[in-house]
Amino acid sequence: MRVDPTTGEAVPLPAAPQGTQGRWKDAAGERLRLFVYVARGSTTTMLAMAMATLFVLVAILGPAILPFDPLASNPQAALQPPSADHWFGTDNLGRDVFSRVLAATRLDLGIAFGAVALSFVFGSLIGALSGYFGGWVDAVFGRLIDVIMAFPLFVLAMGIVAAAGNTVENIVYATAIINLPFYARIVRSEIAIRREAGFVQAARLSGNGDLRIIAVHLFPNVLPPLMVQLSLNLGWAMLNAAGLSFIGLGVRPPTPEWGIMVAEGSNFIISGEWWLALFPGATLMLAVFTFNLLGDGLRDLVDPRQRT
Amino acid sequence: MSRISLVAGRIALSLPTIFGVIVISFLLTRALPGDPAAYFAGPTATPESIAEIRHSLGLDRSLPVQFLAYLQDLATGDLGRSISTGQSVLSDLLTRLPASLELTFLALLISLLVAIPAGILAATRPDGIVDQATRFLVTAGVSLPTFFTGLLLLFIFYFKLGWAPSPLGRLDILYLPPPQLTGFYLVDSLLAGDFETFRAALAQLALPAITLALFTMAPIARMTRAAMIAALGSEYIRTARAAGLSRRKVLFVYALRNALLPVVTTLGMVFSFALGANVLVEKVFAWPGIGSYAVDALISSDYAAVQGFVLTMALLFVTLNLLIDILYTLLDPRIAHES
Repeated sequence: MRVDPTTGEAVPLPAAPQGTQGRWKDAAGERLRLFVYVARGSTTTMLAMAMATLFVLVAILGPAILPFDPLASNPQAALQPPSADHWFGTDNLGRDVFSRVLAATRLDLGIAFGAVALSFVFGSLIGALSGYFGGWVDAVFGRLIDVIMAFPLFVLAMGIVAAAGNTVENIVYATAIINLPFYARIVRSEIAIRREAGFVQAARLSGNGDLRIIAVHLFPNVLPPLMVQLSLNLGWAMLNAAGLSFIGLGVRPPTPEWGIMVAEGSNFIISGEWWLALFPGATLMLAVFTFNLLGDGLRDLVDPRQRT
Repeated sequence: MSRISLVAGRIALSLPTIFGVIVISFLLTRALPGDPAAYFAGPTATPESIAEIRHSLGLDRSLPVQFLAYLQDLATGDLGRSISTGQSVLSDLLTRLPASLELTFLALLISLLVAIPAGILAATRPDGIVDQATRFLVTAGVSLPTFFTGLLLLFIFYFKLGWAPSPLGRLDILYLPPPQLTGFYLVDSLLAGDFETFRAALAQLALPAITLALFTMAPIARMTRAAMIAALGSEYIRTARAAGLSRRKVLFVYALRNALLPVVTTLGMVFSFALGANVLVEKVFAWPGIGSYAVDALISSDYAAVQGFVLTMALLFVTLNLLIDILYTLLDPRIAHES
């Protein structure tokens, strides 16, 4: 504290210039408050957040909360309809469907998160480089992305998994490749419009290298629309991965996974054992629905004009 | 610039994409797990016989040379031979393609007929009941795993209610396929004047087509609503209303015609979804199209068939996108004036 000579009152010392860290924290806090405000107004977004948390919790806790061993078969208790003991019934080998659905959460969410994380990183990188440098970099990456988009995406994923080998890792890579164009395009256009902005020129004049400008000055501006894309993409990635394993790619029985469980259960629908396919399918639907709702909520927050 | 040269320009623009598609599909062929030569030579092969087969397959040549040979094969329509059916992949795909196309087009027709009116209704009363319902259905629609909806519909309409025929192909075994003209059973049976067969074919098609339509409705309805809201808020609509034009005329002649342009653009993305989901629907309903052919080929490691399928789908998709582009050029008079 020092004393102001004109009024004699104590005035605080001028605050030290805030570091980037502090400004970031403020901006994040502001955004969080705004999010809570918007979320309060929208019950669906609140509900979506709660359900997403639940799914993630189940995926993390995984094996710890299962009532039965998802792989243990029990021929005496085969094909039992849902009951108090077996909430979702039992399958043709007497395995508890509820335990298998819970156990599958980790794999399904893991594949989707892994694929989306990969396409986020590499899509952003490609988009940032082509948006910032333009010219031949942009031309080469642009062509590459055009060619990926020239395939029906699910079909391309099938082709990639067939060529690279039928494993879970390849499902993740294939899903990442077919989602990459969306990230690359968003990042490219957002960076291209800011390439010559005042703050970028200022950063350049004060001696920042190109890569530093991209990472520190430009990329944070792209994050909000990217987060929306990320959340909407999670559901789509989950659908893709489950679809691939439904047609027999990637996950092998007896591993519990929603897509393959629906495929196995589909043989029993005609004979009336509906619970085998219904519960994993409905859970998959609910998970995708949750992340789509969350994405819509995030979009309203980031860009209210895009509400549709 | 005249319309014709514009259309020619669009076609020229799609050539590099087609070339890229061929390169990718060549690379996918080359990335096969294992050694195709050893695979063809069989378990009793000696290193010499494997080397001989490798030579006869051309696998010992450099990649660019192999790529040229691949291009040559493609130009003559040679996609290799399927191991599981013993036929050439091209003839396999050609006999199955009409079944897939009939399913996809009928599904798109259904979803356009439902989604566009829904989008218009939602846009005329934003936040009304129809709008709220459409919004919920649209989000639910994109969350539907196609294979699961298909099974659910089968369970309800075939197993429980018995309304739908058993999901075994395009036509019940009691009926003979109509004389082939287009390959589309619905069209062919109508051309032959055989309404009995038409009914039977439609009954088989109904559930798979509805399953596929449910999935593709969402983006169309969403886009129609957004485009209609934008169009209805514009000044020419205000002018049209002020001039005392009827509500119907304002809505359908002035707003809808302008709103349809962005909807046409989204059709490209919708096609991508539809062709992908088609594979899953065909598998669920045992539909004898190229999707279920590819799934069977995948399971029996019949790689030539899978690669032929991927290439066919990609070329089909590029062609559809090109048609959409051309349609757009023809629909929007501004494009001709701008360039």
